[in-house]
Amino acid sequence: MQDTLSTTFAALADPTRRAILARLATGEASVKELSEPFAISAPAITKHLKVLEHAGLIRRSREAQWRPCKLEPAPLKQVAEWVERYRASWEQTLDRLDKYLSEIQNKKEKKHVRRKRR
Amino acid sequence: MFAESGDKVSVTLPSDREIRFTRVFDWPRELVFEAWTKPEHIRHWYGCGGSTITVCEVDLRQGGAWRTVMRMADGSEHPFKGVYLDIVPAARLVYTECYDMAAIGRPEWLNTVIFDDLNGKTRLTNTLLHASREARDGHLKSGMETGIVHMFDRLEELLGSNVVKQESLA
Repeated sequence: MQDTLSTTFAALADPTRRAILARLATGEASVKELSEPFAISAPAITKHLKVLEHAGLIRRSREAQWRPCKLEPAPLKQVAEWVERYRASWEQTLDRLDKYLSEIQNKKEKKHVRRKRR
Repeated sequence: MFAESGDKVSVTLPSDREIRFTRVFDWPRELVFEAWTKPEHIRHWYGCGGSTITVCEVDLRQGGAWRTVMRMADGSEHPFKGVYLDIVPAARLVYTECYDMAAIGRPEWLNTVIFDDLNGKTRLTNTLLHASREARDGHLKSGMETGIVHMFDRLEELLGSNVVKQESLA
């Protein structure tokens, strides 16, 4: 089985597909509506939609005849969680750096004052 | 895309192969650069929670090597190494970084650290460029992979111990 996160990233690695997802975040839309902002053909849009559908990022309803596309937030949430975990770990490290910087800055200032007094 | 307001560190994925994090420090960039590059300072802040730096060697010149070993609270050691490619004091640092663990294929990436002066404060931006999208994704997931390496280490320890042997004989 292919790793879900890699499939999600592969699907997200295209500006047109990211724009489609951004549009779908505001509500469901038809293929025609989705293709309007882009200067590419309907078959090209369909191809992008297939990639997104395969990655589980969108779902195409089979109920209505116009088959609206809908955003599926779960894989995006997973990516956001990995990024957040990475971010939180660096925040911890850089907080430590920040605290340490104030210590060395204080030491330098004290040295400077001592030198001035001489 | 994923940054939340209020966080001090923001992380973005500017391309398929990159991770970028940014943070502003209330200190001049000469000081931030010094803390980022001198071993006597690096030991004090680098690493993850509960870890200590047991080795830290820096040859800060173009083509010079660096090496650190991080010891985690559970006793496992994580070696990192690389080479400095470009050094502009207090402004810019480019260096390779390799997580020197054979179990996960010794992943390597390129760090470009920019120290921007914001009226006496410093905006630090580190962009990590990987060989491929897969490598980048692997790095993002490294927390989990490190966890798995630990798990195998512990398993090996457990399998080597008498407790397991006796229980399996019984």
